[in-house]
Amino acid sequence: MRKLSLILVIFSLLTNASNATTYSTEPQQFINELAKDLIGKLSDKNLTKEQKESFIEKIAIENVDINALGLYTLGELRNSLDENTKAKYQKTFEKYFLKNLTSRLTDYSSNKFEIIGADKKSANYTIVKTKIAQSEKQPEVKIDWRVYTKNPEKPLVRDLIVEGLSLARTQKEEFASILNSNNSDINILISRLEEFVNK
Amino acid sequence: MKLSKHIIVMVVIASFFSTQIKAAEECFEGTSRAIFKFNMMLDKAVIGPISRGYNKLPEPVKEGTSNFTSNVATLLSIPNHVFQGNFKDAGNATASFLINTSIGIVGLGNPAEKLGFEAQQEDVGQTLGAYGVGPGCYLVLPVLGPSTARDTVGMIADSFVDPFAHITWREKELLGISGNQVDYIGVRSVTAVDFRADNDTNLTSLETNSIDLYASYKSLYLQSRENKIKNSSSENDDWGNLDN
Repeated sequence: MRKLSLILVIFSLLTNASNATTYSTEPQQFINELAKDLIGKLSDKNLTKEQKESFIEKIAIENVDINALGLYTLGELRNSLDENTKAKYQKTFEKYFLKNLTSRLTDYSSNKFEIIGADKKSANYTIVKTKIAQSEKQPEVKIDWRVYTKNPEKPLVRDLIVEGLSLARTQKEEFASILNSNNSDINILISRLEEFVNK
Repeated sequence: MKLSKHIIVMVVIASFFSTQIKAAEECFEGTSRAIFKFNMMLDKAVIGPISRGYNKLPEPVKEGTSNFTSNVATLLSIPNHVFQGNFKDAGNATASFLINTSIGIVGLGNPAEKLGFEAQQEDVGQTLGAYGVGPGCYLVLPVLGPSTARDTVGMIADSFVDPFAHITWREKELLGISGNQVDYIGVRSVTAVDFRADNDTNLTSLETNSIDLYASYKSLYLQSRENKIKNSSSENDDWGNLDN
């Protein structure tokens, strides 16, 4: 019986490991592979909406620095929170982020994706410049990916700058507005995020 | 007339004496939020449906319209490039306007771009920003949308600097060409619909996914203006100790 459970555990670990998508560690190549994988899946007409959502969530959890993004969007408030509140916020933020991301991406239709170049800003981050070709629904869009490279073996996406507009900064300022009008009460922000997740 | 003069003076004062105020600081948030709500209702009832109808037009029609409105906007860019000392850009914008108006048939085509003359759009708000004038208070204008004290002053000044506004809104003759206020409102309305239609998918997504839509619009507007003033895109380096 013990042997059987050990085999099951090993099997499950191996299956999970083979499910994890591994991309190149070089930032430009990393974004190229990640974006093409994402576009390929999103434009696959054989996949259901649920399958696409689950793929987006998986790829985001593995390749986006959701933890840092959550702290960044809190602004200075992150320095004064106790660990429990911070953990509660991070947990809710992750759910919010994933729902927000899947909602934005599932209706995406196939477009030509191209890497324009990369700009290494420091040892810790590189901006990878890309563009998505014009389609019937949308003009050509330039997207810069902020890639965090502190661990060179595992680059992580921290921000998308769409036509010069940072999504992380927009999120941060949106949260700041809610906090400012509620006496910096993080519980109000958490409940607003929960409302979004549950709607 | 007297009232509009007073408003201009007040906004000028607010803009020029508030260069230290961060644009994130609101001066009339309650009023701005109410106007924003009104604008969103207007968008839902009128501008949105028109834009979606516009999006159904054949691609060459939309492209021609977009080229035409961009070409008209180049007229405002030329003096602003000069005011900012960007004479090369002023030359490019002038060449672009002349080529598109003649070879491009009143601006419906954009042959200038193929010839390497790309006109970057500039206005008085951007010129003031380039001179170091801060944005001042953030506010929302009825119908026109997000703005700041500086950009509102800029918008009023635009009508004095823009040759197109001179011949249409002010109904003055220039080089034998004249127009009227209906022409001005017509071109501005088409510009707005073209912009709205181009961004229809993004705006719908923003509305669905924002927990404070007013704040999202504000952030996107302020970032966009900062980029236009700097003539480069935001690199958002305020990650602080999270980058270590």
